Amino acid sequence: MNKKKIVIACGTGIATSTVVADKVENICKKEGIDALITQCKVSELEAYVHGADLIVTTTVIGKKYDIPVINALPFITGIGEEEVLKKIAEELKK
Amino acid sequence: MQHTTLVNADIVMLNVDISEKDEIITLLANRLISEGYTIESYLQAVLNREKEFPTGLPTNGVGVAIPHADTKYVLKPGIAVATLKSPVKFNVMGNPEEEVDVKLLFMLAIKEPKEQVNILKKLISIFQAKELLCKLISIDSEKELADTLNSLLMKDED
Repeated sequence: MNKKKIVIACGTGIATSTVVADKVENICKKEGIDALITQCKVSELEAYVHGADLIVTTTVIGKKYDIPVINALPFITGIGEEEVLKKIAEELKK
Repeated sequence: MQHTTLVNADIVMLNVDISEKDEIITLLANRLISEGYTIESYLQAVLNREKEFPTGLPTNGVGVAIPHADTKYVLKPGIAVATLKSPVKFNVMGNPEEEVDVKLLFMLAIKEPKEQVNILKKLISIFQAKELLCKLISIDSEKELADTLNSLLMKDED
């Protein structure tokens, strides 16, 4: 499988994206997915999405991108976390 | 392993009586500024960010919000905490058309996110524990709330 490029975005690129990046890294390790994870602010997404396979975000992305976007708010609230992990794994195995 | 405590009693405010989110954001940010955690422009930065990227979290039991701003406003890391007398409405992170009644606030002054990932993870695991959130909002001493949070945040990995 090719290396997957995942971009994690939040409002400031500090708090929630740090935690989400960590969780995504763990799920990739667990599922044996070779992934390159980068973390950024939503306002910087444009510069980071080139060549990316997936955007995972805790916030609103104003713009439409032609790669899948997964809302990771459940990683923060804990409500529905399993489903999101599953969704991410499925998306990366495509 | 770092052992600096992030929550100190001087940046904890209990049972605050306000009716609007900007009021509590202003109170907490001004406290962080006066206690030397952030520079003065932090206040406006947090207010702006909250408008654009809201931080209300529809957590189980007690609604939480985590207002914060860029690392460039931060002088030393800290987490200001407030419990509210009655809940105020925050827009929900990622779903700004929705609102959540918030009773517990953590205003983050983060300087090195990578170094603080474990603390952030532990903070977020607190949000996921309903009983713990209920316990936290019932604490009536600044020092006790600070100590409780610090011991939760500094706990060694399982």
